[in-house]
Amino acid sequence: MNLHEYQAKELLKKYNVPVQEGIAVDTVMAAEEAYRQIKTQTGNNFAVIKAQIHAGGRGKGKIEGTEQRGVAVAKSAEDAATIAKNLLGGTLVTIQTGAAGKKVNKILVAQDVYYPGPNPVKEFYLSILLDRATGMNVIMYSTEGGMDIEEVAHNTPDKIFKEWVHPGGPLQGFQARKIAFNLGLSGEAFKNCVKFVTNLYNAYVGLDCGMLEINPLFKTSDEKIIAVDCKMNIDDNALMRHADVAALRDVSEEDPTEVEAGQYNLNFVKLDGNVGCMVNGAGLAMATMDMIKLSGGEPANFLDVGGTANAQTVEAGFRIIMKDPNVKAILINIFGGIVRCDRVAAGVIEAYNKLGNIEIPIIVRLQGTNAVEAKKLIDESGLKVQSAILLSEAADLVKKAVA
Amino acid sequence: MAVLVNKQSKIIVQGFTGTEGTFHATQMIEYGTNVVGGVTPGKGGSSHLDKPVFNTVADAVKSTGADVSIIFVPPAFAADAIMEAAEAGIALVVCITEGIPVQDMVKVKNYLQGTKTRLIGPNCPGVITAGEAKVGIMPGFIFKPGRIGIVSKSGTLTYEAADQVVKAGLGISTAIGIGGDPIIGTPTKEAVELLMNDPETDGIIMIGEIGGSMEAEAARWIKENKTKPVVGFIAGQTAPPGRRMGHAGAIIGGADDTAAAKMKIMAECGIDVVASPADIGKTMAEALKK
Repeated sequence: MNLHEYQAKELLKKYNVPVQEGIAVDTVMAAEEAYRQIKTQTGNNFAVIKAQIHAGGRGKGKIEGTEQRGVAVAKSAEDAATIAKNLLGGTLVTIQTGAAGKKVNKILVAQDVYYPGPNPVKEFYLSILLDRATGMNVIMYSTEGGMDIEEVAHNTPDKIFKEWVHPGGPLQGFQARKIAFNLGLSGEAFKNCVKFVTNLYNAYVGLDCGMLEINPLFKTSDEKIIAVDCKMNIDDNALMRHADVAALRDVSEEDPTEVEAGQYNLNFVKLDGNVGCMVNGAGLAMATMDMIKLSGGEPANFLDVGGTANAQTVEAGFRIIMKDPNVKAILINIFGGIVRCDRVAAGVIEAYNKLGNIEIPIIVRLQGTNAVEAKKLIDESGLKVQSAILLSEAADLVKKAVA
Repeated sequence: MAVLVNKQSKIIVQGFTGTEGTFHATQMIEYGTNVVGGVTPGKGGSSHLDKPVFNTVADAVKSTGADVSIIFVPPAFAADAIMEAAEAGIALVVCITEGIPVQDMVKVKNYLQGTKTRLIGPNCPGVITAGEAKVGIMPGFIFKPGRIGIVSKSGTLTYEAADQVVKAGLGISTAIGIGGDPIIGTPTKEAVELLMNDPETDGIIMIGEIGGSMEAEAARWIKENKTKPVVGFIAGQTAPPGRRMGHAGAIIGGADDTAAAKMKIMAECGIDVVASPADIGKTMAEALKK
């Protein structure tokens, strides 16, 4: 599950991780008020207004049809109101959102971190994630902050440092110090960085993050170390023990069809193709998508109906797939093990009859327990459903359907 | 005897009296698997499916001499169940549970280091040595005994492969479902190594998917140690980057863990890579004739 920047920052504060202070609002009036509050707190006329969407590249992105950027500086309450008006309700298109963009429902009015002081400011990069190869958490960091880190990794790999954390304990002091040294810090900033990284790692583990990225990690002119932006992803499997975090889910950021599928306990991912598919098991579902492509079609979705492929799940699957007008055929691929194929076939026939208005070709491939009986049921149902037992037969039927 | 489990294996079921545990233990016993008991904390001393129930794995091991455990414990308690089995000296732990938090598995992986316990899974269909022992949730009848080993991250795709192997006139020695999570006990390379060293296995089918680097690691090992044909398939050639495809571990993170990248390195390492999942069985039959 992904969180918004303002939500992630609130969570980090609970772990004593210093962040760029800000107030999240969803109206123009509240934005003006937030600006005044920030101004009073900081004694600075400048405040930064940031669109809250689940995608990066906001600073360069623009609200559709306007020149308004997703991150902008306000110099007055009027300024704040104008920016808020432009952002709220608009569709922000960034390099990460794709052409469709994302609707802005909330904005963060935040302090300006470039305030003047005795020393120059600095921007760094730091993220924590799982290293699958070692089964350990790894802290990845760089002196090159505020930039696309993949580009840094590609062009100047020597500027990326990695610190693996032993699974048996917290981040050790010497590791936190090493990170601060490698970032070139000294004095107060060094001490603050050690505290920051130690607390950030505790937040990563404590919140069951899948990924935690601070970009930029910022050194202010008065030697504070703060998180100016934060991308946080929570391990879905761990949400059961973080009810407060689970409540932060913003379904408006997700594909509505995927949300609906989730309500039926179906694992669904929307794709751009023309052949829908419904499969039991994630691996077989991916393999079925691949087979559709090899047969000349393009998969319209990933859909794993899980271990219980019955009339209800099949009907829900049909409904969800057929919401997509691009779908020209549907392939149902069930390998019946514990699930009996004849039961699945009966479910397909029941769902088909109930929906009544299916006009695209349906190909049903049932293999495993009672596959022959299942094929007979489908063939004798009188429905416009083509049946197959072997995977290669199903591939041939898809080929004909998309030809 | 193939690998990991056989007729002599003494198997206990953790989460024995729950719905899943009861259903699958019944199926395992029907297959002829030597299930010697089960563990459900608080129900020790009772009997379930005509087998004794114990409060702890240690009690079960003491009374039955069990050396294999299969886990059907809910995700929040599964990591604890794995560590309990290891502490009790169980040699092979098969964890079926799907949905274990990743940070729990980070701890488990560390805990198991230096113990004599091998973990298969989690989030896997289990292990079956055809005709001898089924320690998992797979439909047993598909796995006709023979001399082809299977290593796979996926459940139904394993059944599909086994079925094709049988239809091609061959059979299965041992099929190992290693699991689809980011952190698993036995990675692809170790499972392949077991089958490569098994005198009763003549060919290996290796089924992977997008995400991680386990297939590449296995491929490099195979290049140096191959003594029998290996047929490979990677699911997710059409999966978009950055999206999780059902399995927690099935997500493209960069250029190295796409299906195309994995298929390329596998082919370079001498594996017969198939693009279509429909070709797994026949490709193995052809490879054996070479």
